[in-house]
Amino acid sequence: MIKIKNLHARVEEKEILKGINLEIKPGEVHAIMGPNGSGKSTLSNVIAGREDYKVTGGSIDFEGADLLDLDPEERAHKGIFLSFQYPIEIPGVTVSNFIKTAINETRKGRGEEPMDAREMLSKMREKSALLEMDKSYLSRSLNEGFSGGEKKRNEIFQMAMLEPKLAILDETDSGLDIDALRIVANGVNKLRNANNAVLVITHYQRLLDHIEPDFVHVLYNGKIVKSGDKNLAIELEAKGYDWIKEENV
Amino acid sequence: MSDEILDEVTASEYKYGFVTDIESDTVAPGLNEDVIRMISAKKNEPAWMLEWRLDAFKIWLDMKEPEWSNVTYKKPDFQAISYYSAPKQKKTLDSLDDVDPELLKTFEKLGISLNEQKRLSGVAMDIVVDSVSVATTFKKTLGEKGIIFCSMSEAIAEHPELVKKHIGTVVPKRDNFYAALNSAVFTDGSFCYIPKGVRCPMELSTYFRINESGTGQFERTLLVADEGSFVSYLEGCTAPSRDENQLHAAVVELVAMDGAEIKYSTVQNWYPGDAQGKGGVFNFVTKRGICERNAKISWTQVETGSAVTWKYPSCILKGDNSVGEFYSVAVTNNYQQADTGTKMIHLGKNTKSTIISKGISAGHSHNSYRGLVRIGARAENARNFSQCDSLLMGDQCGAHTFPYIEAQNPTAQIEHEATTSKIGEDQLFYCNQRGIQTEQAIALIVNGYCKDVLNQLPMEFAVEAQKLLEISLEGSVG
Repeated sequence: MIKIKNLHARVEEKEILKGINLEIKPGEVHAIMGPNGSGKSTLSNVIAGREDYKVTGGSIDFEGADLLDLDPEERAHKGIFLSFQYPIEIPGVTVSNFIKTAINETRKGRGEEPMDAREMLSKMREKSALLEMDKSYLSRSLNEGFSGGEKKRNEIFQMAMLEPKLAILDETDSGLDIDALRIVANGVNKLRNANNAVLVITHYQRLLDHIEPDFVHVLYNGKIVKSGDKNLAIELEAKGYDWIKEENV
Repeated sequence: MSDEILDEVTASEYKYGFVTDIESDTVAPGLNEDVIRMISAKKNEPAWMLEWRLDAFKIWLDMKEPEWSNVTYKKPDFQAISYYSAPKQKKTLDSLDDVDPELLKTFEKLGISLNEQKRLSGVAMDIVVDSVSVATTFKKTLGEKGIIFCSMSEAIAEHPELVKKHIGTVVPKRDNFYAALNSAVFTDGSFCYIPKGVRCPMELSTYFRINESGTGQFERTLLVADEGSFVSYLEGCTAPSRDENQLHAAVVELVAMDGAEIKYSTVQNWYPGDAQGKGGVFNFVTKRGICERNAKISWTQVETGSAVTWKYPSCILKGDNSVGEFYSVAVTNNYQQADTGTKMIHLGKNTKSTIISKGISAGHSHNSYRGLVRIGARAENARNFSQCDSLLMGDQCGAHTFPYIEAQNPTAQIEHEATTSKIGEDQLFYCNQRGIQTEQAIALIVNGYCKDVLNQLPMEFAVEAQKLLEISLEGSVG
């Protein structure tokens, strides 16, 4: 699905990613772990196409297309979704209006007709129930006055509505209490199928107790220095990141 | 990056810039007593009206153009303006088929198909092109309820007692420089009277339009809601592209008698000038309403046009328990300047006022909110809530707030809130990531920001206003 080759990227004058190689196939869940400042969020922003991040080398192929050639909205139309670490507030725009606009703009981008209003409504009901969201959610201003947990649930709600091929969850577990973590993870698991993939970016192992990864990668100093299965995450939790740092001095 | 996008997005051309080719009957430029006599004669006005105009002219001669507002412009040469312009075709029309096809085309370009308006929305429209009413519809339905909705000229001829009784009572001739000028030379406008206890069954709507090159527009609107009546009035304007500045100095007077309610909504889209700030309409308007006991006046405005706007729809809360509201969205782009707001004058007991003002500045424009809340000595338990928000797009524009509060009664409760924000790159990226293009994203964010005001507009008008906001800020992205 996505093939990242020797990816280099910088923010302002600082090189953050120093040659990332990663391939994700349909149906897989990958986790990227690593200490603060290792480049985890930079990687997710580069895949989503944020302009402040300048790609200086390498390539990203997404289902045969050169992703680096596309605008952020075009990438979204192709099925890339980023669950933001810090979701943005848009006062006066309701959750339902926002998601309706997102879905119909995405459809337009793909040359499809807008979604039927009745279908939209029933889908919103179904997905908000999946994430155990109160009905009043949909008519609230997007992320305005939301608690940390509500914001993250709202991200996964949007993911459920947009049905992306590749979902990147950037530190989705931060700011979540145990219950919210379970609801969010449960939502993600229900959305998994053989045709989509998930990239979980996290600092801690606890989210991976709920969303079980097929592969775990350790990002350190802009490179993937270690890959393995879910046991690698458990090992990291036990030993801490110092162990990785020592190996890569 | 964001600057680039914002530049593109905000650099949209005025979409309504075209000139309708209709023969006009225009008076030579200049202003003196003879011109006023001639305007009055052309309109077959009674003697009292002419005297009223001449009196206003004398007052005007002694007045100076105001300079206190936060706008700069080259003062109009009042002797270079033609004070009367009427489309030549003047006979009364029975149906739309009799209307000049060129004119109908103009309305079509504006997306205001009369036919459609008539059929779909049940809106009665008194269309003013230049200064004379061309077509009035739905008169019959209104007539059955005793509602009078006609051009000001017609009202002067057919309902002189009503006009004479109320004209100049809310905005006196000597109120200000432009009000005095308007009183002297107004050519037409709308008049509306709702009888006691009548609820007007439809939205009353007027589309204003400046058409004749170099013609000043001096509209005069008078709306009288008798005891216990209700009316919702819509006023919308668009003007074609011009190279020289045009002056628009209207006066709107609202009278809400005991227990009456007037909802007055405006969408204003006069030509704002080009991207370099050349041309555009000067919009110097005096709008004011007076509320008697238990009456309510609500002003809602969406201002996207004009090179220079100077406008403060106000309420005099004279009667006890009366209510005044002001909801405003003002958008400025390129080199536009707007100095707008309201005055809430609390005179009666238990009077309440609400002010919600949303300014949006883009390009090199300047957007000022100026508001006065005055609580008189006898206004026990008066309350006001004001909220003034500013949204900035890019870093070349300016937003200013000038709130004035004068309370002479210790029981007054006055609240004022103000915020300034910017459309952030973060917000745009978030929308982009969800598949929403930047242009759409800006429209979404701006509409969200203006929601409290747009919600006050009647449904069909709200849709038009949203479209206008998008047009004013959209560009050639993608």
